[in-house]
Amino acid sequence: MAEVTLTGISKSYGAAVALDDVSLIIPDGGFVVLLGPTGAGKTTTLRMVSGLDKADTGMVTIGGRDVASLTPAQRDVAMVFQQYSLYPHLTVRQNLEFPLKSPILQTPRAEIDRKVGAVAEVLQISHKLDNKATALSGGEMQRVSIGRALVREPSVYLMDEPLSSLDAKLRSDLRIELKSIQADSGATMLYVTHDQTEAMTMATHVGVLDDGKLVQFGSPRDIYENPVSVYAASRLGQPRINVLPSDVFGGAPKNATRIGLRPEQIMQGEGEDSFVQRVEHLGDQTRLHLSFKSHDLITVTDAHTTLKEGDIIQIRPDNAFYFDASGARVS
Amino acid sequence: MAQIHIENVRKDFGSFNAVKSSTFTIEDGEFFMLLGPSGCGKTTTLRMMAGLELPTSGEIYIDGEEVGQKPASQRDIAFVFQMFALYPHMNVGKNISYPLRCQGMSKAAVKKKVGEIAEILGITDILNTPVGGLSGGDRQRVALGRAIVRDPKAFFMDEPLGALDAEFREHMSEELRALHDRMSATTVYVTHDQLEAMQMGDKIVVMNHGSVEQFGVPQDIYDWPATKFVAQFIGSPPMNFLDFNGMIGKGGSEVHLHETTMSIPKSIDGANGALSFGVRPEHVRLDDAAPYRGRVKATEYLGTTQIVTLETANGDLKARVASSDKVTVGDQTGLTFDPRTITLFDAETGAALRSQANEGVLIHG
Repeated sequence: MAEVTLTGISKSYGAAVALDDVSLIIPDGGFVVLLGPTGAGKTTTLRMVSGLDKADTGMVTIGGRDVASLTPAQRDVAMVFQQYSLYPHLTVRQNLEFPLKSPILQTPRAEIDRKVGAVAEVLQISHKLDNKATALSGGEMQRVSIGRALVREPSVYLMDEPLSSLDAKLRSDLRIELKSIQADSGATMLYVTHDQTEAMTMATHVGVLDDGKLVQFGSPRDIYENPVSVYAASRLGQPRINVLPSDVFGGAPKNATRIGLRPEQIMQGEGEDSFVQRVEHLGDQTRLHLSFKSHDLITVTDAHTTLKEGDIIQIRPDNAFYFDASGARVS
Repeated sequence: MAQIHIENVRKDFGSFNAVKSSTFTIEDGEFFMLLGPSGCGKTTTLRMMAGLELPTSGEIYIDGEEVGQKPASQRDIAFVFQMFALYPHMNVGKNISYPLRCQGMSKAAVKKKVGEIAEILGITDILNTPVGGLSGGDRQRVALGRAIVRDPKAFFMDEPLGALDAEFREHMSEELRALHDRMSATTVYVTHDQLEAMQMGDKIVVMNHGSVEQFGVPQDIYDWPATKFVAQFIGSPPMNFLDFNGMIGKGGSEVHLHETTMSIPKSIDGANGALSFGVRPEHVRLDDAAPYRGRVKATEYLGTTQIVTLETANGDLKARVASSDKVTVGDQTGLTFDPRTITLFDAETGAALRSQANEGVLIHG
């Protein structure tokens, strides 16, 4: 396994700037998740490390070695894409063995069998090993394509939304599975997603990308509890953080223009009146849609609250975030 | 607007039984969700209500009138599909006014009506734009406008937000619900997304393998699932089941789980044999002193809360606890369960056992 560094990486496609001076260290054994909406530069970053694309400027190292002159095959990375591509004429076992049979690796037969068996076990596809790849469900095919990356034990795993085409149940099982595989094997992982639950639950570090720039890098807890900007704050948390003009509550710092309130930063039953517009019982909690001085707010309360549409509830900020006109956090 | 009632409706496609005998009532003005996994029969049920499929047997009443064998055109309902099909050669206003012009409504009346609808949907400024260049959201609004403009008795929607990305979906679902609240039109909505169903629905029908598993208000279904299927399909993470062999007498309020006595709501019928002890993740507490033990297998940080996966003598279990609680993988801990929230299930049939707590809620279809 290996440390991966990106230093001052920029990349443009024609006039469109995809990455703008991105520097990032993926520690050896780290699970780094890149988070951002479509077009933020997540996949481009991945492609820089894999060697599928070349940066305009900047340097990528894997295990301390500058990889600029290396082909994707020589970089010893394994990629998993959102759209699984398996060899349709091969069985699951043959698909999993394929990378190990590469002439560069020369893996002995017994070793191949051991690795394929172990990976199949972990991904719960042992009973399907002799099926044709095309005879599998979508979820199973994606597990095989993850498995094909795992058998290689490369320096770095690169995964591009590998779970987004799976159903909710399988996604939540594989989240735990991937995380424990990574933690047990000490593999270095760079993982791209726009799903905040995946980012929060699996990452050792989250990189937040905004329009080609890396705007924050830290542990999920860091980014959730200590966001550098209104943009970073909006990436994590469900329901999403409420952003209002800073003067609606009073007590804002001098240069703040906006106040950011996660549900847990809204104290209920104290402060000023707000109007309950809608009550959504989600089962484990209840969402309140509030109107406060003609601004909309969403917060959460007990599952069995007696609050109803049309009620008045007092609220006040509790340890809120403040942001300036540019969106940067002010304290 | 109208009440809709379906009675013993069944649908076969050749030898395949898509919908087993279903019965439920949608009250006037309700936002009603048909929820279930793909292939459960929810879309077929909706299509039968709409008249796009005819039931093999059973009756469908719209506003008291039996319409089971009538074609869609005679039912006065509007249908919104997942893939919003607009007329590409017409502008927004023409798309919306199309159903009215087909009915032969006067030009002035059409103009007035379209103006009102555009106002409701917030698309007044794009009435004269061609639909070709519109964003996904605006296209969906136009499709809705075309459905609303006729003032039908009911709206039927088949995963209308399924094709949108997560962020926009959230926004549109709020918009749809607000639109419903303004017009209070009876709406039947098909989805496989349990959160969407909980969030938007006044009532939910949960279907599986062509059968209605449960029917009721969202919070009741969440708290008191009628079957293990419902308990797992609704809630994220789903309800936990601790499997055990045991008994409980009529009127009993305790079971023995791996030699630990657990209090539960008072049982009505009693049971003996293979049972499942159902508990939601947020009703599990980690308490070192408790006799029932678990080993921490994984933790997942979620901001204010974290999900802890534990291994117990009766199977794996997930707990939702505050993220400020210190939990380490590999640790042994004691577990307690909020006794007021427990449901016992027959492990074989999956049906919930009746108790004093869930008695009023277990309405099967």
